[in-house]
Amino acid sequence: MSEKRLSLSPARFLSARRRHRSAGLVVLLFGLLAVGTAYSAFAPDNAVADNSAQSQQIEEGKKLFAVGCASCHGLNAEGGSNGEGDLAGPSLIGVGAAAVDFQVGTGRMPAMQPGAQIPRKAPTYTPEEIEALAAYVASLAPGPAVPASESYDISKATDEQVTRGGELFRTNCTACHNFAGKGGALPNGRYAPSLMGVDPKHIYEAMLTGPQQMPVFSDQVLQPDDKRDIIAYLNALQEQKDPGGFGLGRLGPVSEGLWGWLVGIGLLVGVAVWIGAKGVKAKGAKAE
Amino acid sequence: MATKELPPPVAWVDDRLGIAKLGKKNLRKVFPDHWSFMLGEIALYSFIILLLTGVFLTFWFKPSMAEIEYQGSYSLLKGLHMSEAYASTLDISFDVRGGLLMRQIHHWAAILFVASMMVHLLRIFFTGAFRKPRELNWVIGFGMLFLGIIEGFLGYGLPDDLLSGTGLRITQGMIQASPVIGTWLSFFIFGGEFPGDDMVSRFFTVHVLLIPGLILALVTAHLILVVYHKHTQYPGPGRTEKNVVGYPLMPVYMAKAGGFFFVVFGITALMGALLQINPVWLYGPYNPAEVTAGSQPDWYMGWLEGSVRLMPGFESEFWGVTLSWNLLIPALIVPPAFVTLVALYPFIEQWITGDKREHHLLDRPRNMPTRTGIGAAFITFYGLLWIGGGNDLIATHFGVSLNSVTWFLRFAVFFGPVLAFWVTRRIAISLQRADNDRLLHGLETGVIMRSPDGEYTERHAPISPYEAYELTARDRILPLEVGPETDENGVRAPRRGLTKFRAALSRFYFADSVQKPTAAEIEQAHAHGHGHDDHEELGHSGEVPGVTGTVETDDETAREQISKH
Repeated sequence: MSEKRLSLSPARFLSARRRHRSAGLVVLLFGLLAVGTAYSAFAPDNAVADNSAQSQQIEEGKKLFAVGCASCHGLNAEGGSNGEGDLAGPSLIGVGAAAVDFQVGTGRMPAMQPGAQIPRKAPTYTPEEIEALAAYVASLAPGPAVPASESYDISKATDEQVTRGGELFRTNCTACHNFAGKGGALPNGRYAPSLMGVDPKHIYEAMLTGPQQMPVFSDQVLQPDDKRDIIAYLNALQEQKDPGGFGLGRLGPVSEGLWGWLVGIGLLVGVAVWIGAKGVKAKGAKAE
Repeated sequence: MATKELPPPVAWVDDRLGIAKLGKKNLRKVFPDHWSFMLGEIALYSFIILLLTGVFLTFWFKPSMAEIEYQGSYSLLKGLHMSEAYASTLDISFDVRGGLLMRQIHHWAAILFVASMMVHLLRIFFTGAFRKPRELNWVIGFGMLFLGIIEGFLGYGLPDDLLSGTGLRITQGMIQASPVIGTWLSFFIFGGEFPGDDMVSRFFTVHVLLIPGLILALVTAHLILVVYHKHTQYPGPGRTEKNVVGYPLMPVYMAKAGGFFFVVFGITALMGALLQINPVWLYGPYNPAEVTAGSQPDWYMGWLEGSVRLMPGFESEFWGVTLSWNLLIPALIVPPAFVTLVALYPFIEQWITGDKREHHLLDRPRNMPTRTGIGAAFITFYGLLWIGGGNDLIATHFGVSLNSVTWFLRFAVFFGPVLAFWVTRRIAISLQRADNDRLLHGLETGVIMRSPDGEYTERHAPISPYEAYELTARDRILPLEVGPETDENGVRAPRRGLTKFRAALSRFYFADSVQKPTAAEIEQAHAHGHGHDDHEELGHSGEVPGVTGTVETDDETAREQISKH
């Protein structure tokens, strides 16, 4: 304090004040350094290992991203254009790990070609690579994380929950995905894909992130329990054998009409021709 | 009398009901034989199957919209609130023994019923079997088709599942689109706001009582008229406008028709057993807040659906009243107009051709190129609207854009029928020319002859007299003539404009169609034809074998015969 008072004397005012300021900054930096060192000294060792493993994963993801994704999404996932001013790939900042896990895990990304909609195909990357990519994209900005496996575990779903899932499915999903989850058409070449044979995790992530044309059903709209029940209903639909015989694709009356005409009327007209021909044969006198 | 020869039980019945005389006359009734005459039978038999399975279904179906909690055995819907109608449909499907099979047979039979009526209609149309004296039977048949479609649609609406509810909602929208009376009409039909509590019970009564009764009455009238008019037959040796060549009802058609009934029942039962139809449990109970992709009507309403799907969203407002052209045109103007046109076609054609003769010999489609072309245009129009009704599935299954499908169809419904008409008529005319070639020059044998002076000719073999008869057993067709503008007193003919219009239509109708050769032409062709060896057998005597009685000498005679009546 005495020094400060000294510094206030007019003769040394300027230099004293400047020194005082620098000193504060040094103290601050010193303090931070001390706390940081103390933290690293006191924190458990495995946390250090994790941290480095995670950063290593992010680093690995970044490399994979630069090779497989950056041509469309930009080197820093900021989104990219195709050189003619059109968007080639949207920005991935803030989409979260769940979006990456869905898109790459269902094989939609990397896309083979741009189009109205990117189709599902066999995944290109291994699960570890997908995790690395997801970790990298998640490290850019916060976004929905890959759901924990308990959240889509349907093995313990009760009948009531499955029925409830059916109601939620009919209210929120069937308009695009069809009553049996078989998918349906959307405008301009886009479509709601079939939900049959899709990993429960991916269905969960799709609801969470709203890929392509799909709206986002965030946890405030469809709560985690709702999502799980919907997945349970879809699973029940998929496992259900059609009690009425061959299900005709579960596509509704169009395929029924097609079968009615091609098989039903086709067979009956065939039989009519056969019975008619029988008569001609019996007559025996018909020319040619 | 004949009673003496009858076995005792028949004699007993005959003494009381007089069946011997009736049976003697009708059991020996002759019907001509052809597979295409059995298409109507499919409809009749499907109707019988519908009555049988329908009665079974009414034993368990509860036509009520009272809300209950489902506690049946289909676990995915257990505990949900739904109408009694839907719950009882689920019960029929899962808890009534044989119920699902009966439901599925009923539904497949409905699909086949309407489809076979339509196939039968096409046969009647393309062979001209609707001509005098059968115009009214055409109208009766058309009435049954119309009622069958309404009946099917009401049945589709009964289970009160999400699909049927959505279908009824669309129908209600169409009803509401009627100018001025729309809202009141909708309230009248549904007993208030849609969906209300009345629709299932109302539709049920109409579905199981009113329309089946009407169809049954019309079936009876239809068959009585077939017996009264006698069945038409295809032209052939020995077949004229005045006879029917075929087999007696007993035993040939008893066996054939009886057997065919069991085949139809068998195929329908197989379809009901093997092919799942209308899985109501997958749709869930109807809730106006829900909808599903793949919401389509059964096929026979598909063209109406397509018509609505293709229409751009036009709307206009007059003095505070909104007119929804997007529903008015595709649902309330085009379909009734099309249906009326088809129903009245026999009268329209008769007016254009001026043909007042009775016809019991059928036309081969090629011999009426314009009619056949019109038929092809109708089928194309209908088929394109049909495709429009399933445009979403076309888009997903063929990987094309829904918008492209819709836009293509918007134009195709106008150009497609014209193209189909033109192509079909040209093909028919070409086939007529080919027939005349066979008639005049015979068959190409592939044998090349060289004459002494070096000329190469192909040897033609004459066609059989049977075939020659078949090819020539048709009428000469001639356009109407307008007649003089004024009569001998200088008075202008009445309704001159209409007559001119009619004559123009008639010219269009018969334009470019090929007349069959006259007897003289055939004789001349055979005399000077390439088949030097063969014409000797045919003879020059002016009478061409197999071409008897149906070849009019010239246009004047033909015209006289057409307008005689």
